[in-house]
Amino acid sequence: MTPAAEAMTPPAWVDRTPRAVQLWRAALNKIVLGACILAAGLVVLPLVLIVGYLVANGLAGLNLAFFTHMPKPVGEPGGGMANAIVGTLLVVGVAAAMALPLGISAGVYLAEYGRGRFATLVRYTTDVLSGVPSIVVGVVAYGLVVVPMGRFSGFAGSVALTILMLPPIIRATEEMVRLVPQSYRQAALALGAPRWKTTQQIVLPAARAGIVTASMLAVARAAGETAPLLFTALGNRFWSLRMDQPIATLPVFIYDYAKAPYTDWNRQAWTGALVLVLLVTLISLALRLTVRRVRDR
Amino acid sequence: MKATRILAAALIAAALTGCTGGGKAPSVGLTGAGATFPYPIYSKWFEMYHESTGVQINYQSIGSGGGIQQLKAGTVDFGASDAPLNDEKLAEMPHPVLHIPTVAGAVVLAYNLPELTQPLQLTPQALAGIFMGTVKTWNDPAIQAANPGVVLPATAVLAVHRSDGSGTSNIFTTYLSAVSPDWKTKVGANTSVAWPAGVGAKGNEGVTGQVKQTPGSIGYVELAYAKQNSLATAKLQNSSGAFIEPSLASTTAAIRASAQALAADVRAPTVDAAGPDAYPIAALTFILVYEDQKDAAKGKEIANFLHWAIHQGQDEVEALQYARLPAEIVTVDEASIAKLTSGGKPLAAR
Amino acid sequence: MRRPLPPRRRGPTVDSVYRVVLASAAAVVFVIVALIVVEVAHGSMPSIRALGFGFLIQTQWDPVADHYGALPYLYGTLVSSILALILAVPLGLGSAVFLAELAKGKVAATVSFVMELLAAIPSIVYGIWGFFVLAPFLRTVLEPWLIANFGYLPLFRGTPFGIGMLNAGIVLAIMIVPTIVSISREVLLAIPRSLREGSLALGATRAEAIGITLDAAKPGILGSIVLALGRALGETMAVTMVIGNTNRISASLLDPSATMASVIANEFTEATGALYLSALIQIALVLFAVTIVVNALARGLVWLTTGGRRDIAAAA
Repeated sequence: MTPAAEAMTPPAWVDRTPRAVQLWRAALNKIVLGACILAAGLVVLPLVLIVGYLVANGLAGLNLAFFTHMPKPVGEPGGGMANAIVGTLLVVGVAAAMALPLGISAGVYLAEYGRGRFATLVRYTTDVLSGVPSIVVGVVAYGLVVVPMGRFSGFAGSVALTILMLPPIIRATEEMVRLVPQSYRQAALALGAPRWKTTQQIVLPAARAGIVTASMLAVARAAGETAPLLFTALGNRFWSLRMDQPIATLPVFIYDYAKAPYTDWNRQAWTGALVLVLLVTLISLALRLTVRRVRDR
Repeated sequence: MKATRILAAALIAAALTGCTGGGKAPSVGLTGAGATFPYPIYSKWFEMYHESTGVQINYQSIGSGGGIQQLKAGTVDFGASDAPLNDEKLAEMPHPVLHIPTVAGAVVLAYNLPELTQPLQLTPQALAGIFMGTVKTWNDPAIQAANPGVVLPATAVLAVHRSDGSGTSNIFTTYLSAVSPDWKTKVGANTSVAWPAGVGAKGNEGVTGQVKQTPGSIGYVELAYAKQNSLATAKLQNSSGAFIEPSLASTTAAIRASAQALAADVRAPTVDAAGPDAYPIAALTFILVYEDQKDAAKGKEIANFLHWAIHQGQDEVEALQYARLPAEIVTVDEASIAKLTSGGKPLAAR
Repeated sequence: MRRPLPPRRRGPTVDSVYRVVLASAAAVVFVIVALIVVEVAHGSMPSIRALGFGFLIQTQWDPVADHYGALPYLYGTLVSSILALILAVPLGLGSAVFLAELAKGKVAATVSFVMELLAAIPSIVYGIWGFFVLAPFLRTVLEPWLIANFGYLPLFRGTPFGIGMLNAGIVLAIMIVPTIVSISREVLLAIPRSLREGSLALGATRAEAIGITLDAAKPGILGSIVLALGRALGETMAVTMVIGNTNRISASLLDPSATMASVIANEFTEATGALYLSALIQIALVLFAVTIVVNALARGLVWLTTGGRRDIAAAA
């Protein structure tokens, strides 16, 4: 008997009279439905708690100084995370600049020319890549970039983030391009356009909105990653825009400040977390909604 | 798309121009990593040095083990460690390394027992017992004996140790090995040991944070961290039998007592120092640099900074509860700094 | 008069060049995975040669004696992930059923929205929440209660630190619930309506109809669970902040522990000594291999139920 069916069978102590079984089934029905509603309620609870504490603890420190001031020496109150915020934008920006062209091209390939063993292999490998833990990617980036370069660098961090961004960008692009109706392609081809022009100038623009939004989702998620940056970008207490030197990033700063015993730093960590969450979730949300609408069209 | 591009460009432009940062443009930048023990004073030094010379020294406190490893890997310009490299480890480094002591600090036992009105007193045996896991509650006879008349709670002792490779751990375990034969055989002394009991936290900051958050806990941290966070520190019984409070004076006394040994080899252990006023767990912390610098410009900056640190920098240390280097050690340091060369040519200090 | 077609070009056409360029971009994923495998395998070689894979069953992790045993980290990873599953699966499945079968319009949209938000929160934020909010709660409320009422079980003995296996398990559970909910929901929606309607028509209660649908969706739901397991196994930052970083194996959930990911995060930059570093990379290798296998298994299961529909698999 299947598990669910077995679970639903009345136990031995219930009389097998139709009335008793009926009552049993009705009771079970109420319990199961109630349990599902309870589960849904319980699952919403953590979000309320997390966002609640995030806002409660982080909002107080959210002022202009936080965005424009540099960190103070250890133990001194005040200061901000200006260098970390800019550092994150730089590292994520460079990573996106590397990942977007590669990922979108790969996604277009899979959607337009993707029948056959090579394409299946690519899809499978992309799935494999998406499952690699971010700490392992950090270790790999250390070996591939930090050691040969002889120093920690923002660029190494970007390489790690690129690896993390690629699979979702590829998958999203493939999905969006597939959604473009065949009629577009057929019309273009019928009018004598070569295949590449069709893809480049007809299909891609049609899929553009979906690709951009879904890709930015991947970029936003990568912006929140901490583990791969720990031993690639390392960190920097100073203002630095150089990608070939250690650079401050928001997630790593949050980690350092949260672990520290200084109350002022802990407060800044909460504010940093709030900023990070706003950055990541606002983008994710806005884009998810747009993507859904595009998909349902 | 266009709007996003313009926005991105504007953001980058704003980022490049608009922010209040450290005023001067960086000339040469140095990267260092290592010990969390001296991080409070180093971070003050680097800020002051940057203000006066414009040189950016980016220091990441990843633990003494991290400092040694990254120096070895060549990813940083200097390392910082409270654990000096023994001859074996020194041999493993690709090039000869100089040990430059910069400050002296005390490893204190910070604890979180709000009910106590006066400082806790600990004997070496009780301390070893706590970290071995044999002393499990606060009202254990071993602790009670050193605190006559004090009401100790019956709650569990939560020992906090370092989870990362730590020079502070090295100092602490060297001390425990010196005072407890049991500890010496069962656990030993090093930057990272197999702790028999307690929970691990990363860095001096992590241990301080853990103790601060957890009533009933006790951890070993550098004095500055305990003071900056208003944590109570235990009085430790020294080799003369007196219960000594960790302070500037007791730290200096301990280092002074070991001055002769240090003059011979700066890596000599300074724990369990002789003398009635010496705090038992005091130690020097070191900056590690390669004797021969690949990059002459960077080497010069390092030499300049080190010279500044052991002279002008010493004026700042006492405010943060670190002890100044005794004059004998400063002389030894000056000799070491003079040894710095680049491609064979000596780098003259300021 | 129709113009004759231009003569057929021999050699590379723009079309073929375009295709090759795109294919090369696609091939980059092979390069990346190959680099990862090479890097991790090469880095572990010294450790494999010295310790073999027997290091997975040794318990002493001692950088001083240069002797490495990774069993505590394997144990920590497995136990924290399984604990997370025990907490997340009932809640996740219940919510998925709620979303797929019971909820209407606004309510479903809100709960869905909440899932999206939870999934988008960065791991470090879970970590600081677990450290500053959950830990005091566990230390002062839940753990003493567990010790008082269930202390006879080895699971709940020990001192209430607040951080430790239990905290990590709870935080991980919250992090993986969105995975279970979103995939299970898609899987349930993929089951043809006729199955439910047929059951109801035959007089089944709603719960029974749901039960039948769940049975049909079993592989996919199992897949979502396995995928969630894969996520939990590889999770680093949140766990590192709340698990207590102690490499001891303990039966009690109240005790601190460490996972493969957390030990790499904590000790990588300071691994002095070639063998130490190599042992850590060997742990990364094991973690990599385990997550690959688990994820492959998961995707296979999801694929089975959804009949290879990539848009549903993409929800993963």
